[in-house]
Amino acid sequence: MISIKDVRKQYGEEVVLDRVNLEIRKNSVSTIIGGSGQGKSVLLRLMIGLEPPDSGEILIDGDNIVGMRESELNRIRRRFGVLFQDSALFDFLTVGENVAFPVREHLKLSEREIQDIVLDKLASVGLLGEEDKTPEQLSGGMRKRVALARALALDPDIVFFDEPTTGLDPVTSTVIFNLILKTHSERPVTYVLVSHDVNRALEFSQEVMMLYRGQIVAQGKPSEIRKDPDHPIQKFMEGTFGTS
Amino acid sequence: MTFVGAADRFQFTTGATVLKLLFGNRNGRADVEQALCSQAHDFQSHHFRCFPIITENCRGCVALKPSQIIKATFSEILSGAMSIAADLGRVLILFWQVVTLAFRPPFRFGELMRQLDFLGVQSVALIVFTGAFTGMVSALQTYNGVSRFGAQSMVGATVALGLTRELGPVLSSLMIIGRTVSSMAAEIGTMRSTQQIDALRSMAINPVHYLIVPRVIAMILVLPVLSLFFSFSGMVGAYFMSMHSLGIDESTFMTGIKTYLSLEDITHGILKSLVFGLVISLIGCSEGYYSPMGARGVARATTTSVVTSSVMVLIIDYFMTALMFAPST
Repeated sequence: MISIKDVRKQYGEEVVLDRVNLEIRKNSVSTIIGGSGQGKSVLLRLMIGLEPPDSGEILIDGDNIVGMRESELNRIRRRFGVLFQDSALFDFLTVGENVAFPVREHLKLSEREIQDIVLDKLASVGLLGEEDKTPEQLSGGMRKRVALARALALDPDIVFFDEPTTGLDPVTSTVIFNLILKTHSERPVTYVLVSHDVNRALEFSQEVMMLYRGQIVAQGKPSEIRKDPDHPIQKFMEGTFGTS
Repeated sequence: MTFVGAADRFQFTTGATVLKLLFGNRNGRADVEQALCSQAHDFQSHHFRCFPIITENCRGCVALKPSQIIKATFSEILSGAMSIAADLGRVLILFWQVVTLAFRPPFRFGELMRQLDFLGVQSVALIVFTGAFTGMVSALQTYNGVSRFGAQSMVGATVALGLTRELGPVLSSLMIIGRTVSSMAAEIGTMRSTQQIDALRSMAINPVHYLIVPRVIAMILVLPVLSLFFSFSGMVGAYFMSMHSLGIDESTFMTGIKTYLSLEDITHGILKSLVFGLVISLIGCSEGYYSPMGARGVARATTTSVVTSSVMVLIIDYFMTALMFAPST
């Protein structure tokens, strides 16, 4: 489980996160939604430990990562998989080498075993046969799929997705979301998504939280949210939240 | 019209503003003063440098506050000093991290080999080519100088000493800065902008260990070798120039080198290259690693890495030369 307690983050004069409290259930698919510039990606970066919060606690299965040394943090990060907004594939490596990268770094396996993992992960995202291409030869959707394969390469306990469908057309977005769900059904671990795509978040998630002006202003299960026309997330979907 | 000349020369918009106010405004001094004061907050610090020129050449027209000039000058000096101190601090921190991480497993031989190939093998042609021409020019210029007092026999020795002690280490470093340090800064800066460095960290991989340590080690190993290649190809160039254009015979050329060139000259040149390699690779990596996000940030990091490392090579060269080759009194 991921617990965020009273987390605050400020850049200069701008308070991005203001006493955020949040709990993400183990093995669930949870999505943090919100408009642009509301602090969603910052919150994700804090959960991964890429930046420290100014105050508050972030507990990953009971371990508070705030104030941890990088070496201790790395022990926890080995259980993470991250899909970045821009895919963040290493452009000096091929598709296959990108997927193999975390495996080579952290597991002592033979080259044959590494290749088996690479082919298995690429097959799960529908990219078998593309392992020798370089990232610049791929479309945006394909890059996201490779990034997903790389994020899942070490069979992580927690997978973070930062805006997994930003910049993609609706069809490719559906493909990516379906892949996320498919991989979760194959191996149900904790998935934390950050997205501004509320419709899909309600369709695919088990829990949805809304971040607005640095605070979690609403959260609930999609079925509960759909039933309540006055729910803040419903209003956010209609574009009326925060306008009055 | 000295005033116009000054404004022209310095290209300061303050000068143009004041001229416009003076000659385009019919109400005279009071309006100029008022306009200047109301706009003063928009001026940047470098604009204030023009003020003494304006006041000196337009005495009686504009009244300027000395405190404004002092404040702006002081603030510019301070911000420049702080920027240099911050850069230096970052390079020193990176140096310390490289030293501590270099001996910590996993040892990334594959990445080291990739860097050795990029920094070293792929630079050989450039170094040999520029070295040969440098040697030829050195021979020509040395001949022009020493032939005035009949010391043509010293051409070989002078060129050899110049190449091994100075031109080899310094010029090969400058060539490598242009070819590889800039690309180090650009590559690492782009990785920062495209979240690849975040990706490394999220995979529990230390980016300094993965990206910077192999580059610094490779540069330290490669630059002395390239410097030797530069010096050797320079000597070959000087040899052919001396034989075929300057009429110096082979034995004279070679005897001069054998007599005056010592092993110490070569080892000191190698030592210089080692230090240059460490410094320029740290500067290139540091500029890229700490570059601001976006294309402009990467472009600035690339430019800064080239300028800073080139200047540092020349400064360090002076101090190392003064220490190693100081004439005994």
